[in-house]
Amino acid sequence: MKPHSERAWFLVIPVMIFVLFSSLIPMMTVVNYSVQDSMGQNSFFWNGSEWFQHLFDPTTDIGGRFARALVRNLVFSFVVLLIEIPLGILVALSIPKRGWAVGAVLVAMSLPMLIPWRVVGTIWQVFARGDIGLLGAALTGMGVPYNYTQDPLSAWCTIVVMDVWHWTSMVALLCYAGLKAIPDAYYQAARIDGARRWSVFRNIELPKLRRVLIIAVLLRFMESFMIYTEPSVVTGGGPGEATSFLSLDLVKIALGQVDLGNAAALSIVYNLITLTLCWVFFTVMTQLDARADQERTA
Amino acid sequence: MATITLDGIGHAYGPARTEADYALKPIHHVWEQGMAYALLGPSGCGKTTLLNIISGLVTPSHGRLLFDGVDMTRVPTERRNIAQVFQFPVIYDTMTVAENLGFPLKNRGAGRAEIVARVAEIAAMLDLTPVLGRRARGLTADAKQKISLGRGLVRADVNAVLFDEPLTVIDPALKWALRSKLKAVHRALDLLMIYVTHDQTEALTFADRVLVMNEGRVLQIGTPSELFDTPAHTFVGYFIGSPGMNLLPANVQGRQAMVAGQAVPLYAAYQALPGAELGIRPEYVGLVPAGRPGSLPVQLIRIEDLGRRRLARVSLGPHRLIATVPPGPVPDDAAVLFDPAHLHVFQDSQRVQGERLHEVAA
Repeated sequence: MKPHSERAWFLVIPVMIFVLFSSLIPMMTVVNYSVQDSMGQNSFFWNGSEWFQHLFDPTTDIGGRFARALVRNLVFSFVVLLIEIPLGILVALSIPKRGWAVGAVLVAMSLPMLIPWRVVGTIWQVFARGDIGLLGAALTGMGVPYNYTQDPLSAWCTIVVMDVWHWTSMVALLCYAGLKAIPDAYYQAARIDGARRWSVFRNIELPKLRRVLIIAVLLRFMESFMIYTEPSVVTGGGPGEATSFLSLDLVKIALGQVDLGNAAALSIVYNLITLTLCWVFFTVMTQLDARADQERTA
Repeated sequence: MATITLDGIGHAYGPARTEADYALKPIHHVWEQGMAYALLGPSGCGKTTLLNIISGLVTPSHGRLLFDGVDMTRVPTERRNIAQVFQFPVIYDTMTVAENLGFPLKNRGAGRAEIVARVAEIAAMLDLTPVLGRRARGLTADAKQKISLGRGLVRADVNAVLFDEPLTVIDPALKWALRSKLKAVHRALDLLMIYVTHDQTEALTFADRVLVMNEGRVLQIGTPSELFDTPAHTFVGYFIGSPGMNLLPANVQGRQAMVAGQAVPLYAAYQALPGAELGIRPEYVGLVPAGRPGSLPVQLIRIEDLGRRRLARVSLGPHRLIATVPPGPVPDDAAVLFDPAHLHVFQDSQRVQGERLHEVAA
């Protein structure tokens, strides 16, 4: 039996204090608002769980908006992951492995990621305009009914393509790093075993990318689920409320309507949903693999 | 099964202008069917390059590679029917052991029944039967290495099995077991096996013939005892044996060599060789009390007790050498006694054969 001392816990205190000030105390403000109401003049009174009840009741105005925005968020994240992950892998596979081209390709690919969110939004807002934007004018010229300010489908396509443009390179770079870590011997063995290209991908590259892909999926999910700046700049949540994601709605409620109680309740629920989904993703992805191991053993 | 011929095979990774540009200097050699060869040499000596040329992972810049007389120099790897086991075990993570073993057959379009039968046969030979249904990823390094080997052997038409330092990541306690397994497989299958290593024990215990390489050149090809008893090159003398051969600068003339001003009698006669080297293994240098006839007085530096035997590091004039200490007390005034039958003369690093017959006739 090793000597046991509870005093080591004191060493954790600095971290605790840091976490307290960096996240817990600021977040408590939100919690505060979510259970109180105000009549102005800085006077607050206890309101219990009423804000939350409104939020979860789709028949109320706020509840309906919340439900529709949540569905939009889930669809958006799903679509974006569905495109960016396979595309990122594909791009990573086609990046040259050595030579001068490696650096050039990597730098070129990183460029979208280095542009501030708001600028990305502005770039696409102009790029997609039907009258002067390269993309918008070209599509209109070809007779495609494209107008992101009027047509919900056009607006959605614009936002999705913009996100793919902005973030696929991150998935690609992560996968590239994962691919580079595979020793040459695997490819040599596969050649000796007579494996086809698809088989090499399926049996060597994909399994070795598993961990990297878990990270990529988590990062892209979190980021896409919290999307705010780009749609806010490009479509402003419109047309109608077609691209009003949770974050856009939240800002409208909190700063537009100064409805702090509802906004606070929405913030907390939003945060918990993100957290829960990430946890579920991670657990499912890691558990599936572990179970596959066990099944084969049994 | 095949006999593999290297017809002037050489390789330079860049343009080959001078001899130094070759990672592998051109060589002629015939690998005979059913033999076990070892390629022995220090890191970077070109042995892995040579192995990869045979398996087709590297296309040689010079020469031709023949399998049973058929030119295979530019035939792609997958059509050569070569099995190769790498330094680090290569297994397909998501497959079971059985699927791993059957993979090369599946890729070549073999039928299900044939795959099952063949995998069972190979698994039995490599003691993998109990783990056939397991996922390969969770197994130990030695089991993974056996899977790598099994994937090579599973093809009935395999021409040769190549090993690239296969025991590097194996636990020392299991190395011996795995090496015996390789030997057993070799006996059972009558295959040409080529084993690359920098470990002389592995090379000498595994192989019927050993090729000693250094700096891209094959210095000697021989049985383990030939390498030990008649090294063709000073490097072979030094590299084989533990510790390696003592090498002393000497002037050789007739049946006598002058080392550090002292005369050493030789077993055979040589023409005048100024600036030659005298080589003798520590096993044949005895530490004796000074004054013994024929012995050379030396300065004792230290004694190393290796348990089973004792070695003495001594200096003979300016030269250092290692001698064997016979059982009993270590003499205070030490001298060394060479066994003349095991004295070798090297000129420009090459072994020079003395004229023994001529001596007898005279």
